[in-house]
Amino acid sequence: MTDFLSPEELTAIGLSLKVSSVAMLVSLPFGIAIAFLLARGRFFGRTLLDGIVHLPLVMPPVVTGYLLLLAFGRKGPLGAFFEQTFGLVFAFRWTGAALACGIMGFPLMVRAIRLSIESIDRRLEQAASTLGAGRMLVFLTVTLPLALPGILAGLVLSFARALGEFGATITFVSNIPGETQTVPSAIYALIQTPDGDAAALRLTLISIAISLAALVLSEFLARRMARDVVA
Amino acid sequence: MTMSIAIRKQLGQFTLDIALETGPGVTALFGRSGSGKTSLVNLIAGLARPDQGSIVLDGRTLVDTGRAVFVPPGKRRIGYVFQEGRLFPHLSVRSNLLYGRWLTPRARRWGGLDEVVELLGIGGLLGRMPRDLSGGEKQRVAIGRALLASPDCLLMDEPLAALDRERKAEILPYIERLRDAKRLPIVYVSHAIEEVARLADTVVLIDKGRVAAIGPVGEVFAHQEAVVDWEAGAVLDAIVVAQDPAGGVTRLGHPAGPIVVPHTEAPIGKRLRIRIRARDVTLAVGEPGRLSVRNRLAARIVEVGEGGPQDIGIRLDVGGEPMLARVTRDAVQDLGLVAGLEVTALVKAVALDGT
Repeated sequence: MTDFLSPEELTAIGLSLKVSSVAMLVSLPFGIAIAFLLARGRFFGRTLLDGIVHLPLVMPPVVTGYLLLLAFGRKGPLGAFFEQTFGLVFAFRWTGAALACGIMGFPLMVRAIRLSIESIDRRLEQAASTLGAGRMLVFLTVTLPLALPGILAGLVLSFARALGEFGATITFVSNIPGETQTVPSAIYALIQTPDGDAAALRLTLISIAISLAALVLSEFLARRMARDVVA
Repeated sequence: MTMSIAIRKQLGQFTLDIALETGPGVTALFGRSGSGKTSLVNLIAGLARPDQGSIVLDGRTLVDTGRAVFVPPGKRRIGYVFQEGRLFPHLSVRSNLLYGRWLTPRARRWGGLDEVVELLGIGGLLGRMPRDLSGGEKQRVAIGRALLASPDCLLMDEPLAALDRERKAEILPYIERLRDAKRLPIVYVSHAIEEVARLADTVVLIDKGRVAAIGPVGEVFAHQEAVVDWEAGAVLDAIVVAQDPAGGVTRLGHPAGPIVVPHTEAPIGKRLRIRIRARDVTLAVGEPGRLSVRNRLAARIVEVGEGGPQDIGIRLDVGGEPMLARVTRDAVQDLGLVAGLEVTALVKAVALDGT
């Protein structure tokens, strides 16, 4: 392995996996909550919320990255808040890369989960409620398990999006080897460098392999789950 | 158990406006599709809210719009068996069965898994997933699931409607066992007269969102105005007195005379409920001669109805129980059928099936 890849390349791959995993896992609870709200909620401003969630999908990533920089930079309102309250700094840190990746993948995650929640037969939830379950228990024991295929699809989409995220990340947290240089940023940097072609190609192949593995795994899990969930 | 209901709910163009009191045993909500039976059951279960009114179960107010009381479905302790079963597809049969039990406080539980499994004959299904069950099996598991939540009362919304004849015949005995062995109050929704005649103690006839008639099953079914659009008939309770497999018949005793039905496996002394459709009843004035018709019941005409252009409904008293006959206008004139006349009601044994 080490013969094939340089330490810098390994670092970039490790960082990419870390950033993507954290982005995916941290955005999951928010994704489920927003998806549930959009699928079931009947409130004023629902369309607006839907629009805001979808913004990162349609805006140029550079714009998203710049907005993140304004809001979550050390002098930005949210950045200052997180630093003071949780000691959490986003600017030019890997955490910032994860935040950018999470936000870019969020619309995809919400869409997938929302679709699966909308397809749930609500009469099953009614049945659970007549058996003594309150709202929260109905959600945890019926809605959530039945939405699992969509949740899984959302996770995979979010992860894949995070692996490929470039524009918002490089705008927000720059391209610092070992801190914010993910695989796409590394490939970009290598292409700019003389003699970097071979390394860029290696990283490209690795990146394809990871994406394919994630897809195959999710397909396998989705099939298993669909078998259990579809009556 | 007593339940008093007085509710109003607007559903589009349709108004549900029901006031009734039910007693113990099986109360059947009977009426054609779209008459509001399911909407009423959903209101009792708490799956819908009335616009106005209240529902009180054994002194416990479940909903009262006047006092802004609404007990959520999970706290009503009312079991609900749906037409389509609604088993949780992601849980095994065992987990489905135990779902409600797990949510019931230990002190209020009655009946264990083993007992319910035995009652419904679903022991072999526990490890399976709902998708691997037949329609009849699904419905039995759904009944078991509702029972294991230890409800105070059970709602059954056309639990057999989605099943074919054989599956119905498979499940009906289990519901009878439930009624007889568990003494559980049941509200049973159906538009199938056979099921109601077989199971119900009290019938509530619902038409266009209102209570059209209420009373013991025999009375309501013989009440011709109430059942005018359905296959009107009568329900008689009779006791098995003899079995004659060679003759292909079972003999029953009834105050109005012996009743012969097609052979059915039932122990001597068992009470059977038989339904006689009004159009299967022939009336004879005077002693009929040698006929293939097996059943001859002494009857007295109580009332000759208005009837339709061709046929007339005639209400009879058969050994103290009401019965209905449907005959032509021509026959009424020819035989001079009037209230008070003593007649013989003839019913072919083979017309008495199903129960």
